Amino acid sequence: MIVAKRKPIEEIKKMLKGYKKVLNVGCGTCVAVCLAGGEKEVEVLNAQLEMARKLDGDPIQLGAFTCERQCDREYLESLDEKVKDYEAILSMACGAGIQFIAERYPDKPVFPAVDTTFIGVNQGVGWYEERCRSCSSCVLGLTGGVCPITMCAKGLFNGPCGGTNKGMCEVSKDQPCAWHMIYERLKKQGRLDCIMDLQPFPEWQNQVPRTVIQPGYQKPEKEAEKQKT
Amino acid sequence: MRLDYPSNIKIIRVPCTGKVDVMHLLRAIQKGADGVYVVGCIEGTCHYNEGNLRAKERVNHVRMLLEEIGMEADRVRMYNLSSGEGPTFAAYAKEMTENIKKLGPNPLNGEPKAKKEEAH
Repeated sequence: MIVAKRKPIEEIKKMLKGYKKVLNVGCGTCVAVCLAGGEKEVEVLNAQLEMARKLDGDPIQLGAFTCERQCDREYLESLDEKVKDYEAILSMACGAGIQFIAERYPDKPVFPAVDTTFIGVNQGVGWYEERCRSCSSCVLGLTGGVCPITMCAKGLFNGPCGGTNKGMCEVSKDQPCAWHMIYERLKKQGRLDCIMDLQPFPEWQNQVPRTVIQPGYQKPEKEAEKQKT
Repeated sequence: MRLDYPSNIKIIRVPCTGKVDVMHLLRAIQKGADGVYVVGCIEGTCHYNEGNLRAKERVNHVRMLLEEIGMEADRVRMYNLSSGEGPTFAAYAKEMTENIKKLGPNPLNGEPKAKKEEAH
């Protein structure tokens, strides 16, 4: 799941300075599960912002709406009518959702209320840890299910480096060495030969926005083109 | 036991303090209450195991949210006692009232800061 963290109220206040009527849009998927930007968090932020602006002598009128997913056009559509009544939009979705809203309503200023932090796992209620950098070159099959990009401080594909120290990383004594973990797990599984299967560097495709079209699905415009011909 | 406690306190009954949500407390302050306090069972004696511990977390969260916007965290507090402790209940009610009197009325009810400054 995508994990986000709410921005400090001061930062949000600064972005909303001068706006009197703002719609706060939550997202009911990842950020709701990680307790950062769902329906409840929208309500809490609105109450807090409303009080803060009242204390500043500059009251604000805030709307609240949480759509199922801000990264899906079908769900964003439900916002179309509401948006017209507001000067600006505050989005509590991940960076993808915020951009999708900004793209849909290019005339409205859109502000982020959260910092999108990582793709991670749920270790307990309210406790999340990063596990994936979405590098597009997954090697988990060779590394015993431990990601060297995410878990290694240097993101080494063929580690460990000289900084590995009795199972820990040189950057912090609390940070386990990813390549030590990989070695230990592969050893346990009797698959140590995998570690010798050297991999070329990841292509770092995340330098440019990536697109995925799943087999059997095509972009609508291509479908339209096809129909014409 | 005919005990007195300050009449400015309005009691809202809940089945367990675990039912109290961040929004309940925040909304009370937002709507103008000078303070809110949650009275739960003694830690470790919750009939539902963790209800009062959850309430404590939520009270702390609201305190943090208030502090973040420059309001006194002490307007929201959590107290623990057993249902047999009537005198302690009255004592906590007095303690909270004194605490709120020290802090003064909810600033949201008064003139906004900016306007106040202008007046001086």
